[in-house]
Amino acid sequence: MSEALTIGALQQWLYRFASEITTQADWLTELDSAIGDADHGTNMVRGTAAVVTKLDGGATGTVQELLKAVGMTLVATVGGASGSLYGTFFIEMARNSPADVQLNGSELENALHAGVNGVIARGHATVGDKTMIDALEPAVTALSQSLADGQQLQCSIAAAAAAATTGRDSTKPLVARKGRASYLGERSAGHIDPGAASAAILLAALAASIGEGTA
Amino acid sequence: MNKLINSPQTLLADALRGVAAAHGQLSVDFENRIVFSTAPREGRVALVSGGGSGHEPLHSGFVGAGMLDAACAGEIFTSPTPDQILAAATRVDTGAGVLFVVKNYTGDLLNFEMAAELAREQGIEVATVVVADDVAVEDSTWTAGRRGVGTTLILEKVAGAAAARGWSLEKVHGLAERTAHAGRSMGAALTSCTVPAVGRPSFDLPEGEMELGVGIHGEPGRKRVPVMSAAELSHALVESITTDYDLGGKPVIALLTGLGGTPLIELYAMFAEVSDRLNERNIKVARSLVGNYVTSLDMAGCSLTLVGVDDEILDLWDAPVNTPAIRWQD
Repeated sequence: MSEALTIGALQQWLYRFASEITTQADWLTELDSAIGDADHGTNMVRGTAAVVTKLDGGATGTVQELLKAVGMTLVATVGGASGSLYGTFFIEMARNSPADVQLNGSELENALHAGVNGVIARGHATVGDKTMIDALEPAVTALSQSLADGQQLQCSIAAAAAAATTGRDSTKPLVARKGRASYLGERSAGHIDPGAASAAILLAALAASIGEGTA
Repeated sequence: MNKLINSPQTLLADALRGVAAAHGQLSVDFENRIVFSTAPREGRVALVSGGGSGHEPLHSGFVGAGMLDAACAGEIFTSPTPDQILAAATRVDTGAGVLFVVKNYTGDLLNFEMAAELAREQGIEVATVVVADDVAVEDSTWTAGRRGVGTTLILEKVAGAAAARGWSLEKVHGLAERTAHAGRSMGAALTSCTVPAVGRPSFDLPEGEMELGVGIHGEPGRKRVPVMSAAELSHALVESITTDYDLGGKPVIALLTGLGGTPLIELYAMFAEVSDRLNERNIKVARSLVGNYVTSLDMAGCSLTLVGVDDEILDLWDAPVNTPAIRWQD
């Protein structure tokens, strides 16, 4: 296991994200039916399928170019709040990535932080609002902590994925304060937020891709 | 799920083909999913709106002379994308600027905001008005704020008339803001809707119960109650609106829109009751519209919108308009 994510590993991450989204689309839509408008699974499948087409097209160049292309593709194909938020996540990651073919630990940390901060700036949500931020922010915090503790990159990414899953589950009892679920008020409690669920899939896909030694 | 479609995946594209086939005065950009007006707009402000599909005739049905210049159709219940909105703005801008009419939903806000940033980078002057008129939602810093519903139509009509008269972007925007602030809506659902790609109802509503204050995506509102009669429901809707908003003796434009699955005979029966409730309160209905205008796929139910108006807004409302869903002459 190298201590850097190659562009090939990042591509594997995105392929895996797309396939996991497809596998879990019905569940995401079910979560969204409970507290939103029943389209999160469908929208994410459409967007990640477009990302796969983009990746299959090849010629992604640097990490920066790859992430920017992914972000622009998601913005243009997902629609809704998820499209602009996931798009912003990758575009901001791209802006804060090197024009290189790999990311080392601290570069990945910087890029992920920038991505999450971009989502926060655009969506104005904070932890506890019952959104994707509840999964994303603990994930980057866990990554930073683990790297600071001197853990290997793979181990730190696994910690980030675990934190995202915990963060996802933490949305269940919450009353939504952002997004369409907020219209339900108290009735939004008792359901996992679909955005937090897809964000946990994103981090789990990263951890799984690294775990398989593609880095 | 019995739907008159080819497939959920092609529904939006098929519907746009139908719009193009039915309405020669419109042009459709199929790739970007934009419906354009072919009315001349040289030198005047352009109006662009859009949102998730499934609310027809909102917005594509309001494109044409005297109303919208372009409508961007998102996927079902999903806002359009920034590049799509930018493509619309780029094509309709004549140098006088573009007004974005946006309903207050997170996705719509974010995508129109990104589109406005991109348009400004290209030198297009953009102003945005956000419609947030649904009194079923508590407007606080703890929610995404009120949803935008029926006032959108009334705003698009009067702002479209103002643009057609050559008003500046600043003036059209001011009028649009004034209209948005003067409008309030409240709806009720008797059934859920079924999103075609999902294939089953978005929520479970047992026989004999209704959802009061439901949103146009089927997202629940205030509470679930036993089904009311038209008379009882008219009380609930009018009471919710007038408690929230003091019309201050102004006349109103009243819109009673079906949500897609309620026949006109029920809507008219409902409007008779609404009219009585307004009379009892000495609220003068200056103009009214009854029909399916802001819908939620096949959801049964209705939504009442009251917009307090002055002579200027009424005059703009009465100005000629020629769109698929609203059409009148001087």
